[in-house]
Amino acid sequence: MDVYLDNNATTRVAPEVIEAMQPFFTELWGNPSSMHHFGGQVARYVEQAREKVAALLGASPEEILFTSCGTESNNTAVRGATETAGFEVPIITTRVEHPAVLEPCRHLGEQGYMVVKLNVDASGQIDVEELAETLSHGPAVVSIMWANNETGVVFPIERIAEIVKQAGGVFHTDAVQAVGKLPIDLSRTPIDMLSMSGHKLHAPKGIGALYIRKGTKIRPFLLGGHQEGGRRGGTENVPYIVGLGRACELAKDALDDEMTRVTALRDRLEAGLLERCPDSRINGDREHRLPNTSNISFQYIEGEAILYHLSDVGVAASSGSACTSGSLEPSHVIRAMGVPFTAAHGSIRFSLSRYNTEEQIDYVIEHVPPIVERLRKLSPFVNE
Amino acid sequence: MWEYTDKVLDHFKNPRNVGEIEDPDGVGEVGSMACGDALKLTFKLDEDGRIADARFKTFGCASAIASSSALTELIKGMTLEEAEKVTNREIAEFLGGLPEQKMHCSVLGREALDVAIRNHRTGQSSKKILEGKVICNCFGITQEEIERVIRENDLSTVEEVTNYCKAGGGCGACIPDIEQILDETRQQKTEAPAAAPKRRLTTVQKIHLIEETVDREIRPMLQKDGGDLELIDVIGNRVIISFRGMCAQCNVAQFTMKDVVETKLREFVADNLVVEEEKI
Repeated sequence: MDVYLDNNATTRVAPEVIEAMQPFFTELWGNPSSMHHFGGQVARYVEQAREKVAALLGASPEEILFTSCGTESNNTAVRGATETAGFEVPIITTRVEHPAVLEPCRHLGEQGYMVVKLNVDASGQIDVEELAETLSHGPAVVSIMWANNETGVVFPIERIAEIVKQAGGVFHTDAVQAVGKLPIDLSRTPIDMLSMSGHKLHAPKGIGALYIRKGTKIRPFLLGGHQEGGRRGGTENVPYIVGLGRACELAKDALDDEMTRVTALRDRLEAGLLERCPDSRINGDREHRLPNTSNISFQYIEGEAILYHLSDVGVAASSGSACTSGSLEPSHVIRAMGVPFTAAHGSIRFSLSRYNTEEQIDYVIEHVPPIVERLRKLSPFVNE
Repeated sequence: MWEYTDKVLDHFKNPRNVGEIEDPDGVGEVGSMACGDALKLTFKLDEDGRIADARFKTFGCASAIASSSALTELIKGMTLEEAEKVTNREIAEFLGGLPEQKMHCSVLGREALDVAIRNHRTGQSSKKILEGKVICNCFGITQEEIERVIRENDLSTVEEVTNYCKAGGGCGACIPDIEQILDETRQQKTEAPAAAPKRRLTTVQKIHLIEETVDREIRPMLQKDGGDLELIDVIGNRVIISFRGMCAQCNVAQFTMKDVVETKLREFVADNLVVEEEKI
């Protein structure tokens, strides 16, 4: 049986999305900026897609900027806002952000901007009071993720947004993992910018979006054309934009399913594995977590070895171990939480989607324990 | 996924010689949970001094398990004189090759063998002993070890050194040092490395120098990972320290960080210092 539980890495493209995109490769291939009917008839589909994305986020269509991916959205927001604010305004982020935020911050730090990285506690949560304290020294550009890709831990974003706005700062959130999995209403939350990615919600890779609240000033990241209201140069990727619009429409309809059935499947998986595998633990705040994500450490064994055995029985997941990344250190998220090394290298992330079934979850619960047992027999840290 | 050969996958999925020999003639334990792989090798000799049995237990990825399995297969039947000539390259070749970034798994096997042979011959500890100048603080890799992988594998770049022994793969602060070692080793220079300053110090001078060394050499690397260290006391040659922050929760602190701190202090202050961790 094939069971795909790596949906925080990427998702299968929904058949409805492929269907919606098809005509834009064959018949409707014009450039939406052109002054003829080839282009003119296409432009309106781009705007319809924009409306669908906006509807999922509780935003206005003109606040949505299409990008090539989540990384571009994050780079545009973090670099654009910081460079607009100037050298005297610091940037505040966390130690557990995705590299698409951490790397631009590191780059800005090298250029002379002040970068403050907030710590997380053992459950992966930040201390909101620490943020408020940091902001008491003056306004800042703040970039804090909505939900963590590795642990699924959800930050109190509404509260954070209010604190940042009260301090007169600019607030960006990387919501790549949250969009489509949690209810989001930007009309009620004072977030200035929000990044999302298509391929995390059943659209294809190569398309993303950045929400920019009306009145937020940022410097464009890609220079070169008048597209997207002058905020991003480059001919619109029409088929993928249409695909993203359709995916957002589907995500809106599926949100209830995500919050109930998918959560129940995740909980079933967790309960089953914890019961059958001694010396295993959940990483991250169980109360405030994405409905689809479970990060479990199997102590005394290493993640890559687990993944290879899992793959042999058809199960796809991912790991925060050093070996899987090609780097030599375990995931920065797991380390920031102070997870002991006995458990960090053996952390496995299972991330579900609405396409998973109970039968698949039971198959995984059945196949993981023998793999863990087998590898522990090899481990010098387990006494027989 | 990594491009593993069929032989690597076979030795990973069906590892040979798993376990521990009771009453062994030699034991070698290398790596640690912190480093992401660890190997315990035990062997037993026959009457002719050949390795009659070799067994392993490994914590690590697919190629670490396969390399350990390969090592035990390779050395069975060898005399210790033959076994000590086994290089990491032979372990990798036995498996039909390893991905470049995984070559350190073969080095881990060779190290375990070295330690086990030393343990048999001298009765010294079955664990790796940090000798000489530590270059990579993150993984506790000495100059001598880096020179050896460069020589045995004809390495020419820092990236290769990192692939083969992990040095430079953490915070990256030692990369300039590795570049220098590469230059020197490749030019086959035989000059001895700069010796630690060995002047007679008064107690006050000693404490000052220890504080300076902690501030300059040790604290920055701990702080990178959200940790810290506090100097509690200096009593004669005993330096009492306490780890803070992330370091305090790190349960490998007692056998890697303490060793690194001690080696640094011996290098820069006096070579008879003993570091002890204050128990709270």
